[in-house]
Amino acid sequence: MKETVSSVVIKKEWDIVGARQAGRQLSQELGFGSVDQARIATAISELARNIYLYAKEGEISFEELYDLPKVGLKIVARDKGPGINDLSAVMQDGYSTSGGLGAGLPGVKRLMDEFDLVSDEEGTKVTAIKWARP
Amino acid sequence: MSSLQSDMQDYKDLLSKYLETKDEAILYQAEQFSKQSIQQNISPDEIVNVHYQALKEIYPDLHEQIEGSFKFLIETMISYGLAYQEHQVLREKQIELKSEIGVAANMQNTLLKTSVPKTHAIDIGVKSVPAKEMNGDYHHFIKDEQGNVGVAVADVIGKGIPAAFCMSMIKFAMESFSENQIYPQWILDSLNRVVSRNVEQGMFVTMFYGLYDVYTHQFYYASAGHEPCFILRNETKEFEEIDAKGLLLGVESAVKYEQLNTSIHEGDLIVLLTDGVTECRVDGRFIEQEEVLNIIKEHEHLNSQEIVEHVFKYFERLQDFQLRDDFTLVVMKRNSSLSV
Repeated sequence: MKETVSSVVIKKEWDIVGARQAGRQLSQELGFGSVDQARIATAISELARNIYLYAKEGEISFEELYDLPKVGLKIVARDKGPGINDLSAVMQDGYSTSGGLGAGLPGVKRLMDEFDLVSDEEGTKVTAIKWARP
Repeated sequence: MSSLQSDMQDYKDLLSKYLETKDEAILYQAEQFSKQSIQQNISPDEIVNVHYQALKEIYPDLHEQIEGSFKFLIETMISYGLAYQEHQVLREKQIELKSEIGVAANMQNTLLKTSVPKTHAIDIGVKSVPAKEMNGDYHHFIKDEQGNVGVAVADVIGKGIPAAFCMSMIKFAMESFSENQIYPQWILDSLNRVVSRNVEQGMFVTMFYGLYDVYTHQFYYASAGHEPCFILRNETKEFEEIDAKGLLLGVESAVKYEQLNTSIHEGDLIVLLTDGVTECRVDGRFIEQEEVLNIIKEHEHLNSQEIVEHVFKYFERLQDFQLRDDFTLVVMKRNSSLSV
């Protein structure tokens, strides 16, 4: 399994665009179709927005996954924010969309193939993976 | 994925045929395609992509700007796709909740079951139908050791599940009373204490309680802020309103209820009801009480159960088969001594 890592720091709203751009480029190179590229970009947007809105500062990093013949993209969003108290609540449908905040974390989970969420007082780490359709 | 690919082929064929012929029949097939896609949970962004891919195959040298515009559209549709999927999940949850409420309603029916007493003196008919699944109306019969019949008709202010809980409590309180204490005043005094102690503020219950003495043919009654009830006198064929003073149950714990009584003659008809019957709305207007009473009068010659069924059918039709409020109607008719 060969891996390449790159990352984007999220501080300003503008950085969300940078993260999207980096993710899209990687997904294009990995051979994702246009819908999947759009999905990955939307997932990155959500993760980066969460950082920008709730933690103020954090980082999105990307990892290319080669589990041949599968090829995938792993996105890790990390912040040192206040953490999420009720994980089940934020993962529930209708939790964030009803407040008009967008797709929320359940949306990210839907857009991607694998999803993991860890959060405590130290901060939050979201890991999401998308595999390219062969 | 293979089904999406074959759908993709279908879509491409349909699209190219349509672009050639502009045939309505193909548009109809497109409609079928969209229905099928919904069944297969294919989201809107996916459909836009199918269209884009099909277009690229039909016109291999598609203008670069057109291609770009589709990428732009797909991007725009992603959130719609998510909202669509979320909607599906919430819909499933709703179905689940509905079935749970159905189970609760069944349980309520079992808990609140009361059987109509059989007695040679009076013929009793009853119809109680909830507007939604849980009934906020309640009726209850008691027959004491001497064969006298007690009847309660009640309405909880507030509907649905809290009302249903409240009704179960009232029923169990009533069942706990001794069979020799079924005078209306005593019952309402006692129930009022139970309700005001156990129900949070803001929930009130109206109740009309009657006791039919099968030996003297006196009808004793008391009311806790309930609708007036009626007696259709056989002699005059006129309705007589019966009502007694009393606060709603649960407002104040120390209330004394007024008890009145009236003689019931052969062929007289006692009518107890809830405001779902007298206040049922049709096209923005309330149905006049008289209208209810007229229907009862029209069918007065039938037996009590047939009368209540007729009245219910009439109102159900009037309200386009969608009850706005819980409906409860009890009719008690004194049999003529000849027919016994």
